[in-house]
Amino acid sequence: MSGNGASVIIIGGGVTGLSAAWWLAREGVDVLVLEKGIVGWEASGRNGGGCTHYMSPLFEEEQRLWPQMDELLGYPTEYQRERIIFSVDSTQVTFYRRMIQGKMPPQFKWDELDARQVREAVPLAGDNAAGGVHLHFGGHANPQRTVQAYAFALQDLGGRILQHTAVTGLESEGGKIKAVLTTRGRFACDQLVVAAGPQCGGLLAMVGVDLPMAPARAEMIVTEPLPLMPLGGVDGNGLYGRQTLRGNLAYGGGPHEWLENVPAEGEPPRPSTPVLRNLARRLYELFPKAAHVRVIRSWAGVIENTPDGRPVLERLGSPENVTVATMSSVGFGLSPATGHAIRDLVMDGQCGFADLSTLKLDRFKDVPADWRRRQGWYQPGAEAGLELAA
Amino acid sequence: MTYPFFPLPDDQRPDFKSIAGKYKAPEKHAQLLVIGAGPAGIAAAIEGARAGVTVMLVDEHPISPALMGMDVPFQFGGRMDGSVQNQERMLEQVLGSNEELALAFELGVEIELSTYAWGAWIEAPGLHSLPCPIVGLANESRSWLVSFDRLVLATGARDLNLSFEGSDQPGVMGAQALHALLIRYDAFAGRRLVVIGSDELALKTALLAIARGLEVAAIIEAHSEPAGPADLLAALAAKGVELITRHVPLKARGNAEGVTGLTISAVDGSGTSREIACDTVCLALGVVPVVELLDVLGLKPVLDATRGGWIGKAGADGATDAPQIYVAGDCAGLGGDAVAQGKAASLAALRSLGREVEASSAAPAPAGPDVLAYRSFWMRTMLATGGRDVLACVCEEVTRGELLGVQPPRYLGWRWNAMGRRDLGTLAKDGPLNQDQVKRLTRACMGQCQARRCREQVAMLLEIESGAEAGSVPLAGYRAPVRPLPLATLADMEEHPDMGPGWDVWFGIPTQWIHFKDIGTEREREQLGENVHL
Ligand SMILES: Cc1cc2nc3c(=O)[nH]c(=O)nc-3n(C[C@H](O)[C@H](O)[C@H](O)COP(=O)(O)OP(=O)(O)OC[C@H]3O[C@@H](n4cnc5c(N)ncnc54)[C@H](O)[C@@H]3O)c2cc1C
Ligand SMILES: Cc1cc2nc3c(=O)[nH]c(=O)nc-3n(C[C@H](O)[C@H](O)[C@H](O)COP(=O)(O)OP(=O)(O)OC[C@H]3O[C@@H](n4cnc5c(N)ncnc54)[C@H](O)[C@@H]3O)c2cc1C
Repeated sequence: MSGNGASVIIIGGGVTGLSAAWWLAREGVDVLVLEKGIVGWEASGRNGGGCTHYMSPLFEEEQRLWPQMDELLGYPTEYQRERIIFSVDSTQVTFYRRMIQGKMPPQFKWDELDARQVREAVPLAGDNAAGGVHLHFGGHANPQRTVQAYAFALQDLGGRILQHTAVTGLESEGGKIKAVLTTRGRFACDQLVVAAGPQCGGLLAMVGVDLPMAPARAEMIVTEPLPLMPLGGVDGNGLYGRQTLRGNLAYGGGPHEWLENVPAEGEPPRPSTPVLRNLARRLYELFPKAAHVRVIRSWAGVIENTPDGRPVLERLGSPENVTVATMSSVGFGLSPATGHAIRDLVMDGQCGFADLSTLKLDRFKDVPADWRRRQGWYQPGAEAGLELAA
Repeated sequence: MTYPFFPLPDDQRPDFKSIAGKYKAPEKHAQLLVIGAGPAGIAAAIEGARAGVTVMLVDEHPISPALMGMDVPFQFGGRMDGSVQNQERMLEQVLGSNEELALAFELGVEIELSTYAWGAWIEAPGLHSLPCPIVGLANESRSWLVSFDRLVLATGARDLNLSFEGSDQPGVMGAQALHALLIRYDAFAGRRLVVIGSDELALKTALLAIARGLEVAAIIEAHSEPAGPADLLAALAAKGVELITRHVPLKARGNAEGVTGLTISAVDGSGTSREIACDTVCLALGVVPVVELLDVLGLKPVLDATRGGWIGKAGADGATDAPQIYVAGDCAGLGGDAVAQGKAASLAALRSLGREVEASSAAPAPAGPDVLAYRSFWMRTMLATGGRDVLACVCEEVTRGELLGVQPPRYLGWRWNAMGRRDLGTLAKDGPLNQDQVKRLTRACMGQCQARRCREQVAMLLEIESGAEAGSVPLAGYRAPVRPLPLATLADMEEHPDMGPGWDVWFGIPTQWIHFKDIGTEREREQLGENVHL
């Protein structure tokens, strides 16, 4: 499609939308990403960078793709293989083992580590290390670099990104979306991908599709750089995170704050809070040898969640030219695979490499309007619009 | 699958894994909390004490030698002498050099010295879980929270750094640091200085140094005329201090102890240079209002080129957009009467608490010269003479060239050449430049000094390279902790009793980590809530 529009329009320039656009552009599809701010400015550029989603139907594709992403994109993602998860509490170690046993497909190997092995593998671990697991798969990447890598690679293939362009309306005709209305005009499309993170629900509501979602804020801290550990992907003790290739410890975890809603336009508020002390405590317990290391910053991101905490990834029946992708708080690591799946859904109508039947929207058809209150997914004192969000 | 997908909490109670109800009561409460014990903060504290409210006054000086070594909060440039290692002596020195502080103490102000305010929070969009307004405090050994009814931020100003070859070695420092080491600490280790810049700040800095028995080898100005007032210039000329215009620093030479000399370069393109022997190069091109806590509070600083750049937005009585927060002194704009502002802010805060005190306001700082234009000319000239191999960010070792090429950090050893086609120009085509975005790509401003040494110069370089107006690149954001503090210090070892039991790696949604093949089977029910987040 020429003129003011594109064959495929993607709403949202986070990892999900950008990966999808990149996969489509590789097929020569004329694709346009509309992003209300800067690419990757929301959760996609603020997360822990973990790439190990064993529970997902996209897991094997996630694991297959990550080691190739630097080369495929032509820009660095800082992807690093493997993970160590250890605990300072022996009951947790037993728990790790029990949970991993029998869960991983046989090609994904892992070892158990005793306390001594943990201390050998993790120079910052201390005498309190109780044991852990070493996964010879999975890994982590730098979210900010990855987002930009997708965006650059997409542009290199002729795909377009319009930043600072918020979608404000959807124009439909004959059971299809014909165009999207934005703060910078109308853009016609043959197909639409809604990959707007926490805003997916609000956008779909414009065409009468009900996608219950609750946004929340979660935060992380980062320290000054330290000498590199042999393996950067080390976490545990209630934290997720990694040592970056520069040497900083970047970790998150713990309590989130449920938000009433996310604004339709402009940036969502995402303050980081005194919770950084609780994060600092757990990081200090995990790495006693880093006690003296200085925390230099904290940050927060706004995250999408569906009522069961699982993604919605589906080509809708009506409007039939719309594909929805909201990742329910585990979307960074899966993004190479999610983009591939969206490419399939858009071009072939179905995913050719994974069974996405558990990620369909219709599982929420019986979710009551007051589901957030029932699930306790609200912050007392900030409950306006809660029911409406369903 | 039918709703609910997992057992729900009783009585629609808030999610136990969320932050709701998990704040412990702060350690202390002050009706009036003042951050910064400069003239503005002390005046504010004194007014509060006179009105009979409980007042706490917090200041980070004397700073720990460790932070001084990181150029926090000022650019000390390693020029403090050994006496700063003796914290007790320093405390005495800092108190002894300040009579007003002693008065505040006598009036009953609780004074917390060597104490950093590393964060401040009020209820705000996206933050409704706080039980009350809170400031995070810390010294080098522990951190704690205090609550307040009214907060006066009188955080002053810090140094502005423009780097040149060799400026990352000991002996290159800022005017605020020099001022502090000479007056508050009596602990300056240099003897012979070159002062960079010629506005009022630079000239006063030179005069102060001379008054303290130091030698000022020269004053360097990039413009063809000095920027400061004639009387100060005359005073310096009378002392025989040479003023060298149309020159900028090119390179600092040095040995293991730091700077031994400065090479300055003519700005006329002739390439002529001159050597000046010195042990200290004092950058006095301007100071930067300290607005970090305002930014953390969600009160966006505003740009005012005639009052020092990005400053706290406030009325003549120091009131900000948040009813609990007031600003006074240099952080609300340079050039005002800090004492009058501190007093006015305090009185306004007291009135808002229902105290019957006189109405008072301070004249806003008079508009001064356009500091952005002055600094930008300096930056432009130093870029032209010093070239692109000079570091723009010292902590992360990012050169000007790497910054403006938007190149990934060197340690990645990136091999593919697609990156070579990207630069600031291609990035700017996609939308207005944003310093935080460039930071993510290049790491410039991501270091341990928390961008104190590079924030402004990086913004200026981005503006110059892209042809954008001075001040048009939005301020890179600040976040807690606004001082770099050790993990063990920040760690909260006395949490709310629900914090531990309610802690989860991620959201703790019972269905989230169930393997997709188990969904809807008996195995799902067995595993609900038991899954490990990898
Ligand atoms: C602190 C934190 C830690 C995390 N850790 C991990 C982790 O370790 N591993 C992992 O896999 N996941 C993690 N996540 C979750 C992960 O970041 C998200 O699931 C993922 O980034 C979602 O990507 P997205 O592209 O779907 O959504 P988003 O990143 O939210 O992007 C959506 C984009 O759409 C834009 N948009 C919205 N509405 C409109 C509109 N109307 N018009 C135009 N544009 C619009 C937004 O501006 C935004 O840029 C973490 C998240 C956070 C905050
Ligand atoms: C060399 C030089 C000469 C000068 N000469 C004159 C002069 O002759 N006349 C004149 O009127 N002015 C002069 N000034 C300017 C004058 O010093 C300032 O205007 C004045 O100090 C501003 O007062 P203030 O209270 O706003 O800030 P400051 O005096 O800067 O005090 C702010 C204090 O807050 C502390 N602080 C900031 N953030 C935190 C935090 N997060 N936690 C804890 N503590 C924090 C700072 O370290 C500092 O101690 C001069 C300045 C310099 C550098």
